[in-house]
Amino acid sequence: MNLTLNIWRQAHQDAAGAMHRYHVTDISEDMSFLEMLDVLNEDLNVKGEDPVAFDHDCREGICGSCDLMIDGQAHGPEVTTTCQLHMRSFTDGQEITIEPWRANAFPVIKDLIVDRSAFDRIIQAGGYVSANTGSAPEANSVPAPRDKAMRAFNVATCIGCGACVAACPNGSASLFLGAKITHLGELPQGQPERYTRVVDMVAQHDHEGFGGCTNIGECSSACPKEIPLDVISQLNADLRTALRQGR
Amino acid sequence: MSTTDVKWVLVATTDSRPTLVKGSRASRSTISLKLMMAVSGLVFIGFVLSHMYGNLKAFGGEEKFNDYAEHLRTIGEPLLPESGLLWILRLGLIVSLVVHVTSALILARRARAARPVKYAVKKNRHSSISSRTMRWGGVTILVFLVWHLLNFSIGKVNPAGGETDNPYTLMVDTFDLWWMTIIYLVAMTALALHLHHGTWSAAQTLGLTNTAASRTRAKLAGWVLAVVVAGGFSLVPLSVLLGIIEK
Repeated sequence: MNLTLNIWRQAHQDAAGAMHRYHVTDISEDMSFLEMLDVLNEDLNVKGEDPVAFDHDCREGICGSCDLMIDGQAHGPEVTTTCQLHMRSFTDGQEITIEPWRANAFPVIKDLIVDRSAFDRIIQAGGYVSANTGSAPEANSVPAPRDKAMRAFNVATCIGCGACVAACPNGSASLFLGAKITHLGELPQGQPERYTRVVDMVAQHDHEGFGGCTNIGECSSACPKEIPLDVISQLNADLRTALRQGR
Repeated sequence: MSTTDVKWVLVATTDSRPTLVKGSRASRSTISLKLMMAVSGLVFIGFVLSHMYGNLKAFGGEEKFNDYAEHLRTIGEPLLPESGLLWILRLGLIVSLVVHVTSALILARRARAARPVKYAVKKNRHSSISSRTMRWGGVTILVFLVWHLLNFSIGKVNPAGGETDNPYTLMVDTFDLWWMTIIYLVAMTALALHLHHGTWSAAQTLGLTNTAASRTRAKLAGWVLAVVVAGGFSLVPLSVLLGIIEK
């Protein structure tokens, strides 16, 4: 298949960017979206042009590195990561617009690559369970109710790709926050720090310049791991408890 | 590629001095603003329900309608002065309005700042029209509120030029004008949309939608309130226009 690509090109963070048009030919529908971009970059290399910079790592849909806004949808038209999106989801002759995540907290480093270390700092602020070093404790000595363990596990699948922020009209990271808060808050190990965690993580979220949540649900439908919207309810409930505790 | 470009490619993070928030407080978070919006919104839900109920007295005729209006002013006497309870309720509504609008303004400005560069192409995957029109819908309701108070409360403006001291006559004269009825119906459409998303959103913000069942209930409550409130309000102007309610 032959495609026309509109791609955001930006030399570095402080440079002005613009959309550029490219044509790729002989694309197989079995290629992943990133492989299609690899073909484009090989072509650009041959021509002596600067290849398009984009983030990717495992290409298995589990690392959360790839992050492209494809035709106005985070990770494109399917519910999956960009690396697991295949060209069979597109038609021959189609024009595809590719942009980086747009958020004040995710500045563009180059072309389609954004700096998502704001997420790392949110985790650093409280997205962990403090543990003393030493030998690993016996896992079965801390019982966790099955439904809570399942919920924690389901939301722990968040790979921190930032699609929720990219899809949110408010540029909010509430789904990411909610996933982490629910993941740790549902498990016994997460209890001691539960209410300081939510305050610290939300404060860091706000400090990074993410927007507030308006519960419209674009985040959840863009999430490649299908994190449900109820994690935001959990986040709000935990913050309300922290408020009552005067934290 | 020049050497200055290479420098940017290799930099993994754009912030050389990442800062973690110190002294975070739950009350200073965006979620606290959302909670204030939710609680003040619930006050308005209570208000529109009772206001709509009062309006339906119009179907009982002039005496019933005017008696109800008069009773609102004498309720609580002699313990309270004339219009005493009415002013207590009005004060509550004014405070709620200030809280609701102020929080909305702060959050809307934040949301705008969270995405300084807009997408060239952006598609909505899941969100309802009501959820995406909350801000403009809110402004529409606010503008309508100003006219509505001039019309029936503060100003008692009779657009037909007739009597203004008799609440029933003022109401019938107003809605006998087809364009007045249209203005009110447009406002009720805005109110219906605002209630449809607002009810669900308030429940989610208060952390009451942690399960699939409670989410379904909250969304259903949004539908019911939108239809009952906007429908109930619209019955009176429509009935006047159709000649069911007459002087």
